[in-house]
Amino acid sequence: MGRYILLRHREIPDLHRLEVYIRHGGYEAWRKALTAMTPDQVIEEVKASGLRGRGGAGFPTGMKWSFVPRDVFPKYVVVNADESEPGTFKDREIMEGNPHQLIEGALLAAYAIQAERVYVYVRGEYRSVARRLEAAIAEAYAAGFIGRNVLGTNYSVEMFVHLGAGAYICGEETALLESLEGKIGHPRVRPPFPATYGLYGKPTVVNNVETLANVPPIILNGASWYRTMGTEKSPGPKIFCLSGRVRRPGNYEAELGKITFRDLIFGEEYGQGLIGEGRTVKAILPAGASAPMLPASALDTPLDYESVQAAGSMLGSASVIVLDDTVDIVWAAYKMVRFFQHESCGKCTPCREGTYWLRRVYERLVAGRGRPKDPELLESIARQMAGKTLCPLGDFATSPVLSSLKHFRKEYEAYLHQVAEIPMEVQA
Amino acid sequence: MLREKYAQEIEAILSKYPAKRSAVLPLLYLVQREYGYCTEEGIREVAEITGVSPTEVREVVGFYTLFYDHPIGRHLIQICDDLPCALRGADELVAHATRRLGVRPGETTPDGRFTLETVMCIGACHRAPAMQVDLEFVENVTPEVFDRIMEDLSRDGM
Repeated sequence: MGRYILLRHREIPDLHRLEVYIRHGGYEAWRKALTAMTPDQVIEEVKASGLRGRGGAGFPTGMKWSFVPRDVFPKYVVVNADESEPGTFKDREIMEGNPHQLIEGALLAAYAIQAERVYVYVRGEYRSVARRLEAAIAEAYAAGFIGRNVLGTNYSVEMFVHLGAGAYICGEETALLESLEGKIGHPRVRPPFPATYGLYGKPTVVNNVETLANVPPIILNGASWYRTMGTEKSPGPKIFCLSGRVRRPGNYEAELGKITFRDLIFGEEYGQGLIGEGRTVKAILPAGASAPMLPASALDTPLDYESVQAAGSMLGSASVIVLDDTVDIVWAAYKMVRFFQHESCGKCTPCREGTYWLRRVYERLVAGRGRPKDPELLESIARQMAGKTLCPLGDFATSPVLSSLKHFRKEYEAYLHQVAEIPMEVQA
Repeated sequence: MLREKYAQEIEAILSKYPAKRSAVLPLLYLVQREYGYCTEEGIREVAEITGVSPTEVREVVGFYTLFYDHPIGRHLIQICDDLPCALRGADELVAHATRRLGVRPGETTPDGRFTLETVMCIGACHRAPAMQVDLEFVENVTPEVFDRIMEDLSRDGM
């Protein structure tokens, strides 16, 4: 077995082509499940593997599948390929380089819950990626891996690509389902959860691209093999998206918990350090814009779900954005707040209004018109949003605000001092 | 009329879903391909095909950033200026594009050739700054790369 479990295309040229994928063990897990395993056995194997959702929430995948009722039909599997978190570009690489592993994983999920259809919801900006994925799906149809009576069994399944049209919120699974039904992407009230009331009101499993790419090797090699990688609570491999002020940004696959932020940023086989001479890390964003930023003192935190949480943030989608000592933290927080204000769907008042007011305050801060009480005002707005919305976007939007104020409050003070100088100039 | 011109394509789209309403987004893409943007006529046709009210189709057009309810340039230039790209020069690239095209983000050049936009993260942070030209990725964009692409697009005679 090579170095990679997920990014195998990096060592196998042309892996996106079906014949190459098959030559390297492709669709053997699919054959194994269909001919030698019951749907329940597939669920049990994934449960035993400890695989946790790679989209951000880290929920146990096998558990999610087991919530689907057996006696209600039709059922659906929806692949969440709406990758839109700032700093995240891992699902794109899987779909471009190793699309059949995603397709095979989605088929295994469909078989496990006995779904008759799979929809792959790809963000609209990934149109070129979606076309490559469609080509791979067409190849899999032609080879009999998808369609009626797959591989001579009595199981039939279909798979379609559905293109989104530009809305971060559709990465939230119930908003995604609304969008797939042709509506605006407003999150649903839960419960009921998609497992019982999902697409068209039918039982539905929604899984992230990277999550599903983990499934074929689990089914082929077994849960105990999978558990030899990663940690007890965070088993398996993970793709870390590294971006920001590093020499070599990119996707890096490593076992969960086996490398630290420092390894990822400075390691020879990873980021190779910061851009420019003599720079230091000021802050780390472990999960794009959505999880609290951490100061440089967190550099030696192992990259797994529990460790990053213990350090005061979340591993989430593991989209690590690095801010060096040249980066203005207030400006960075403004950029992230601006993102959430743009992407708030408008359904819940605290999020719709809160992101708007956060943005307004940051705009005057970065324009040099900050007021002495602005840090307290930002905290007050954030407190009125957190925990008061249907989906996590409202909470996410408070992360850059509260974490930057917690760790870098002094940088805000510099902006407030500018205010004191302005009236003096006016007087002069 | 979409239904005459694209009968087969529309049929293929509808056949993917158990509910016609799911075809709203794919059909709006078809409308934009045909008319350049989501025209009132196009919106009515989508409403008729899917059985959704025109108001609800308009709501969808308004919600998603990739649908336009007004004419845009023949080429859509979307520069990401979100945090990861901005850490690697995106704001400078936007300033360059603004000077080069003579329009601000959100505007279209007077000759109708280019619409310039700044957009949120497009998933190209490892090759930042990045942009999309007519939804195709252009990555590691320097001012020189930007100028060359604008020249190529200006020469295509469209």
